[in-house]
Amino acid sequence: MTSSEQRLAAIRGGVPARRHNARTIAALTGNPGCTRRAVLDGAGVDKPKLAERIGFPARFGQSRFAITRGNAFEAQLKADGGVELLRLVAERLGVPPGDRADWTDLGADDLADRQRRSREVLAAAVPAGPDEPAALFDHPLLGLDVAGRRVYLEPDLVAARLAGRFHVVEIKSFPVIDGQADPGKVAAAAIQSAVYVLALRELLTAEGHDPELVSHDVVLVCPRDFANQPVASLLDVRKQLLVLRRQLDRMARIDALLAAVPEDFTADLTAEPATLAAALSTVEARYAPDCLAACELAYFCRHEAREQTAALGRPVREALGGVPTVPEVLALATGERTPEPEQAEAAALLRAAARLRAEALGLPA
Amino acid sequence: MSTLRALARAQALAAGVAQPVATVRHLHLSPRPLVLVPLAMAGEANAPLAMLVGAAPDETRLLIVPQPRNRDQRFAFAAELAAVLLPYLDGHRGATEAVAVDRGRDVRHRYVDAPQLLVPNPAGITFLRLLGRATRFRRTDGEHPVHPSVPLLGRWLTFFAERAEHPGSSALVAMTDALTLHWATGQSAVEDLHLPALLGWIDPPAGHTGAEAAALAEDPARCPPAGPATDPEFDNRWLAPAIAAYAAAEADPAARAAAYAELERLLRDQLAPTWELMWRGVGLLRALPPGARVEGRWAGDRDAFTGYAEHLDAGGGPQPRRDGAVAAAQRLHRLERALTSCAVQRAYDDPLVMAEHRLAGEAFVGEVTLADPKRVDDSGKRPVLRPRIQLVTTEPVLVPVGAVLYSPTRPAQKARVVFVTPAADGKTEVVLELSGGMGRGLAAAPGSVPEAGERLCYTTLSEAFLPPATFPTAEETPRCPSRRPPTTPRPQLRS
Ligand code: SF4
Repeated sequence: MTSSEQRLAAIRGGVPARRHNARTIAALTGNPGCTRRAVLDGAGVDKPKLAERIGFPARFGQSRFAITRGNAFEAQLKADGGVELLRLVAERLGVPPGDRADWTDLGADDLADRQRRSREVLAAAVPAGPDEPAALFDHPLLGLDVAGRRVYLEPDLVAARLAGRFHVVEIKSFPVIDGQADPGKVAAAAIQSAVYVLALRELLTAEGHDPELVSHDVVLVCPRDFANQPVASLLDVRKQLLVLRRQLDRMARIDALLAAVPEDFTADLTAEPATLAAALSTVEARYAPDCLAACELAYFCRHEAREQTAALGRPVREALGGVPTVPEVLALATGERTPEPEQAEAAALLRAAARLRAEALGLPA
Repeated sequence: MSTLRALARAQALAAGVAQPVATVRHLHLSPRPLVLVPLAMAGEANAPLAMLVGAAPDETRLLIVPQPRNRDQRFAFAAELAAVLLPYLDGHRGATEAVAVDRGRDVRHRYVDAPQLLVPNPAGITFLRLLGRATRFRRTDGEHPVHPSVPLLGRWLTFFAERAEHPGSSALVAMTDALTLHWATGQSAVEDLHLPALLGWIDPPAGHTGAEAAALAEDPARCPPAGPATDPEFDNRWLAPAIAAYAAAEADPAARAAAYAELERLLRDQLAPTWELMWRGVGLLRALPPGARVEGRWAGDRDAFTGYAEHLDAGGGPQPRRDGAVAAAQRLHRLERALTSCAVQRAYDDPLVMAEHRLAGEAFVGEVTLADPKRVDDSGKRPVLRPRIQLVTTEPVLVPVGAVLYSPTRPAQKARVVFVTPAADGKTEVVLELSGGMGRGLAAAPGSVPEAGERLCYTTLSEAFLPPATFPTAEETPRCPSRRPPTTPRPQLRS
């Protein structure tokens, strides 16, 4: 174990690291500037449990109706050995599906086995030219390094080889209605798919192949309109790949991150809640309202950041001239506080704003 | 976000209660708005689960779908909703008024009143839009016939959803949008989308700060979400077993009735708190005096309602799935125009909104120190009345000489900037030359020229380029909705 690994293990309190999946890796890009999150996720701390322990439970429950529906749609698509799925994907990519398609299920009970098979089979299947028959690979096991740890991804995705390239195929059960889908859900699907693209590219690179053989165009398969008919769309995930790469690189330099963390920092779930909360406060966070949808610690961090202008949202903070806290804003606005030289402009604006508001509301300025 | 609104948020946080960002009401409120609180089934494509609907606090109708995945039940729900909505709409097709069009060469008629739909949040508008999409093309014959009211419901819901995109329209309004137009809370815009938390800030219960009330309102066990999405915990713990019990009781009428009653009870409990909040929101908004130009924008809604009712009377078909390129461009243009016009109107109606423009240098307030109401310019072919006034202001004046300004108190009068001169104590003197809005002839009508001592606002914002109250056709009506089109770039689906 390296010293960083030892420190991360100590932070977790000796328990095994929480397993990442594409969703949690995608979530890492949510607030890339936050050290608190990078360290906790790097260490594989069970953040939901941690949040609960310190009295700020996260609310990321999933309805069983949604889970059932997602599973049913996926099963429906794969029911016929992928014939229909392949036709859809091929049609979207504008290539003939060919009369013969291979469907390889890489699923297996043993994780190591599955990993080996995924690597061998996918490497052997590397696209050699546009004329090969199409092939689909279900349940591959892919890997990525997150903060120096190998993380295994078990996508229920299908990697399709068509027209000389691999394409990640992502099956989602949210509807595409008249060509439009919920933008938030599309964005989430894009970043998750990017995790798979990245992992698949790394697999090819490790086997000595050109990573660009994996297309940045992901095929998203969703139910169309209000029925169960599937429809395929293309999603360009180049931007998501960049963001993801940058954040994984940052987390790979875990030593640098740990340097900013006090020696005795702990997220050991057996510690007292007050100890845990105090420890968390020693690691820099960067709360923004977006955290509410992206990080299990959001309610804790929001509480901690309650006097900060950033907690009101980035546009609010900017409109307040970047002044960091609400008490400072108000003191500058009333003129009780003499602005620092670099705050002079913001202070003048705030004073004018306060005067105008008071005047319009008929209050004493 | 203007600095003025941002400051209001900071003040709200410090005060522990939301702060006003408007002094008048900027939307129309019907005496009998139809409130709709929908719930959808998680994981499905807009499958209705339940709805509370009614035009007065004590007129609730609860509609439920005991098996939301069953398509016949979905359309039965649509028919039930139609049985509430269509008579409500028809109730507004009474008296009409004549409106001059084509410069008075013709008249057309519009209803003197129009329906107004209120939902808790923007997601509620999306729910109605998708319900409209799911029903407007349905056929009343063929393989899966639906009740004749179903496609009609779909067309109307689509009509309302389209109106909701027009800045300034009050035809279909999300309560959270209506409230945040008038109050700033001490939380972020995302958190304001949660109606219970938002009202917690605006109207906290005695003994609580807004922040405390909002925090309580975020706990779904204490305060169910305002829909259409349900609380996952509720789904898993209560709803799923109740739906299963209903399904299992298929053969036993007594058990089935009991299971249905249980479902009704569960769903009503989830919806009732939001129903109360909706009417509390209505009450808060009603307490504000309406802005002077609200009635004009509502006339646009009445025009659109009249136009669409006539379209349907004439056997008009459903709205297309997607606008063609030209129609989409025209629509975008209309939306932009409406957005600009609505922003100007709100500023004219409300000094607190105008203050945002003053802070941005687009307006200033000053006192008239000199006035020459009789000044005549005889340098041209004909002598013309061109009074001049001088204002003194303490505000920075960023407008250049030659710019044309307007005053909300005399919107028909143009004021050209002639001189801008710095004066003592950081004040600024501005000389304006006036034209228009003074009657005919070379003598100004009494009161039409500002007098010394008057305190006035002058702004570059102009109502003029959108002729108010001349609506050529219902299709061409400058529509004014309250919701802005989303501007955040999102990953695009390509198909
Ligand atoms: S919730 Fe806290 S820990 Fe998580 S990303 Fe936001 S600021 Fe960082």
